[in-house]
Amino acid sequence: MLNCKQVTHLLSEMQERELQWRERLPLKLHLLMCAGCNNFRKQLDFLHRACREYAQGRSDSTPP
Amino acid sequence: MSVASNSSVSGNDPSQLLRDERFLMGLRRDMLRFAELQLRDPAAAEDMTQEALAAAVSGQARFSGRAALKTWVFAILKNKIADHLRQRRRIVDAASLAREAADEADFDEHLFDRKGFWRPDEHPDDWGNPESTFAQHQFWAVFEICLTQLPDNTARVFMMREFLGFDTAEICRELGIATSNCHVILHRARMGLRLCLDQRWFGSEG
Repeated sequence: MLNCKQVTHLLSEMQERELQWRERLPLKLHLLMCAGCNNFRKQLDFLHRACREYAQGRSDSTPP
Repeated sequence: MSVASNSSVSGNDPSQLLRDERFLMGLRRDMLRFAELQLRDPAAAEDMTQEALAAAVSGQARFSGRAALKTWVFAILKNKIADHLRQRRRIVDAASLAREAADEADFDEHLFDRKGFWRPDEHPDDWGNPESTFAQHQFWAVFEICLTQLPDNTARVFMMREFLGFDTAEICRELGIATSNCHVILHRARMGLRLCLDQRWFGSEG
C-alpha cells in the first residue's frame, strides 16, 4: 500500500518515464481513494501545461 | 491593444507585423526574459533574441496574426538556446546540484506526516480550470517569479526538460549524473514551483 509521499514521487516520475504495471496498479488504487493526491496529480498536469504555454510565448508583457 | 496598432496586422508578413514598434518591443522583452531565465547570461540572451528576431524577419513563412508569429519566434529562440546549452560543457555545477537535491528530504518532511500522508494543512487543493488561469495576464508574472525562486541549477534542469523538451536521458548524460538523481531534481523543481504558485497565486485568490 503506497502512501501519499510515494505517490507524489511516482506521479512526478510518470512525466519522465513509463511506469511498470506493478507500479501502476497500486498508484491507481491510491488515487481512487485519495482526494489530496488526485488534486496533486492535476496540479502537476497544470504545471506541465503552463510550461508548454509559457515556452510558446503565452506570457504577455504588453500592457493591455 | 489599441485600435491604431491593429492597422498593421492586415498583412501576414512577419516583417510587416514586426514593424509595429509596440508589439516588437513587447515581444523582445518577453523573449529576453525567457532566454535569461535559462541562460543566466544577459549577453548571450541578448544575442539569441536578436538572432531569432532576425531569422523571423527574413523568414518566408506567413502568419495568421501576432500570437502565431510569437509562437514561431519562440520556437526559433528555443532551438538557439538548446544548441547553445548542448555546445557548452558543464551546463550546471554538479556539486551544488547535489546540495540542492539533498534539501529535498526537508520538503517531504514539511508536507507529509511520519507515515507519509499529507499533513492536514498541506492537503493539495483543486486549482480549477487551467485555461481560465492562463488567460490572466498577472498569472504569468507570478509564474516567472516562482521560476526565479527555484534554486539555480534545479531551475536550469527543469527548464531544459519542460521548456526546451530535452529528454531526461539526455539531461542526465549531459550532467553526468544517475537517472534517479535526475528524477529527484525534476521532482524537487515541480514541488517548489507548485508550492510557490499555491501560495502566491491560488492562495491569494481564495
